[in-house]
Amino acid sequence: MTGADRRAAAAARHRLLPEGRVAGPMPWVIAIMMFLTVLAAASGLGLAAAVQSVGADLAGRATIQIVEANADRREELSGAAARLLRKSPDVRAVRPVDPATLADQIRPWLGQDAADGDLPIPALIDVELTPGATAAKVQRLNRVLAALSPRIRVEPHAAFLRPLGSLLTALGSLAAGIVLLMALATAAIVVLAARAAHDSHRGTIDVLHLMGATDVQIARLFQRRIGLDALFGGLLGFVTALLVIILLGTRLAATGSDLLAAISLPWTSWLILALLPIGGVLLSTLAARWTVLRSLGRLL
Amino acid sequence: MKGRAEDGATRRFATPWALRQPAPCAMAAWQGKQGARGRINQGMSAIVQFENVGLRYGLDSETLSDVSFSLHGGGFYFLTGASGAGKTSLLKLLYLAQRPSRGVIRLFGEDVVTLPRKRLPGFRRRIGVVFQDFRLVSHLSAYDNIALPLRVAGMAESEIDASVSEMLNWVGLGDRGQARPATLSGGEQQRVAIARAVIARPEILVADEPTGNVDADMARRLLTLFEALNRLGTTIVVATHDLPLIGQVQGAQMMRLDKGRLSDPTGALRYPPRPQGVAVS
Ligand SMILES: Nc1ncnc2c1ncn2[C@@H]1O[C@H](COP(=O)(O)OP(=O)(O)OP(=O)(O)O)[C@@H](O)[C@H]1O
Ligand SMILES: [Mg+2]
Repeated sequence: MTGADRRAAAAARHRLLPEGRVAGPMPWVIAIMMFLTVLAAASGLGLAAAVQSVGADLAGRATIQIVEANADRREELSGAAARLLRKSPDVRAVRPVDPATLADQIRPWLGQDAADGDLPIPALIDVELTPGATAAKVQRLNRVLAALSPRIRVEPHAAFLRPLGSLLTALGSLAAGIVLLMALATAAIVVLAARAAHDSHRGTIDVLHLMGATDVQIARLFQRRIGLDALFGGLLGFVTALLVIILLGTRLAATGSDLLAAISLPWTSWLILALLPIGGVLLSTLAARWTVLRSLGRLL
Repeated sequence: MKGRAEDGATRRFATPWALRQPAPCAMAAWQGKQGARGRINQGMSAIVQFENVGLRYGLDSETLSDVSFSLHGGGFYFLTGASGAGKTSLLKLLYLAQRPSRGVIRLFGEDVVTLPRKRLPGFRRRIGVVFQDFRLVSHLSAYDNIALPLRVAGMAESEIDASVSEMLNWVGLGDRGQARPATLSGGEQQRVAIARAVIARPEILVADEPTGNVDADMARRLLTLFEALNRLGTTIVVATHDLPLIGQVQGAQMMRLDKGRLSDPTGALRYPPRPQGVAVS
């Protein structure tokens, strides 16, 4: 077959179902579904990225607090703790926080007096743990340091963000669930549309069937048309959702908040979003094929 | 027309509308094609066999009962009977639109009742059907309607164009190719339906009341068309009320349905074949 021949054959196949959309309002419904799906997926992916970047920053860190009113004793304990920590195989880096820096940081809240030493400020040591098994290492450090003095406490940073992290994870799962439900609803819409299209072209189908057209030949007519409709709706919804996401992105960046800025999409996430309309078209095509084949299976 | 008829290299129809004796080369091309398919439907081999076939719609009493007959390749058969006798039902069994409730149906030597569903399309492609109500696809032009069987068979568009144009001329609709069925007269629609039924050169042509909607003159012309096809080797089965029409085809055989039972007035259709010289009871 030459190229021109194939084009003519495709045009002839196209004519077999009447001009115009075969599936009524289906493309518009798919556009809306795709719009919502992309938004849900983007927020899910954005939250996942945020959880990951915040989590990675904090996971391996802890602060050792030495809560001792007596300044000399505090300094002594602090030195001893730092020595112990440096010897521990679980610890990668030890950074005692300079009391002056600490005083600077709390001055806005507690006033000049705090820096003058009248107020007992705990000594702090920042600790960076070796990667992995953070919880066990924190426990081990706790035990070692508690033996030194009961006034030493280990505060893993991950603990501060745990409630926020689990909230973000829950929201992410919700987004994934929404994407899944949207896919199911899309498939259902396509099945209904394909069934309606099949019924309204019953006469043509019967004639083709009695001429010896195979079920697959007939199903192909419908799956092609419904696939094209889904492509139209899917792209429309996708592009609209993309515009909204980009707009929201510039608004987020404008807030200047570190936490909100962490909600940014890596390229893999964009790739996943781009796969959604493709997946939608595939899903619609398969659902249409399955529906028509099933209806045809009832004929002799 | 003549020039085309001599163009034996092409595998197109070379039969003018009113040609009674087809050009030898066209006949050769036709038979060559049939032969290449490796089928024996010339001569007296049975191409269709019904054995004790019964058909029941739902829970009603049987519409067809104990129908047994055999049709031979290249034969011309009429099926008559009162309205409601079951003619359309019998043809439906023949063109595989319906399964019988009991009995055996053999087409081209194979039992089609027990055949797996996915093998049926291959059989349907060997049977052309003119439906009582034409069943033209309303949104397709006459041209596209006639081209349908070739497209179903996956023929290349360049070949399709030649065949369809030839066919349109053959049924006298050369200038109406782009017309939609709704803009054609009843007789013109009927001819489109016939052209569609025969374009893929079926081995069996089944026509249900093909002269029901046309005047006597057109009926005569359609019959001439069927005879031309028959001479090219196609087995023809025509259901009709029109008894005078039957007398016009020489050598045609007749089956009569009476309340779903077959009476066999010519005695030629009995299966297994009745020995020569034995009277029909
Ligand atoms: N799909 C069907 N469901 C139920 N009954 C049917 C069906 N088709 C036909 N019948 C019944 O079967 C009987 C035979 O019908 P059929 O159409 O075969 O008759 P016919 O000989 O073709 O009649 P006509 O000459 O009027 O076309 C009728 O009584 C009809 O009511
Ligand atoms: Mg009938």
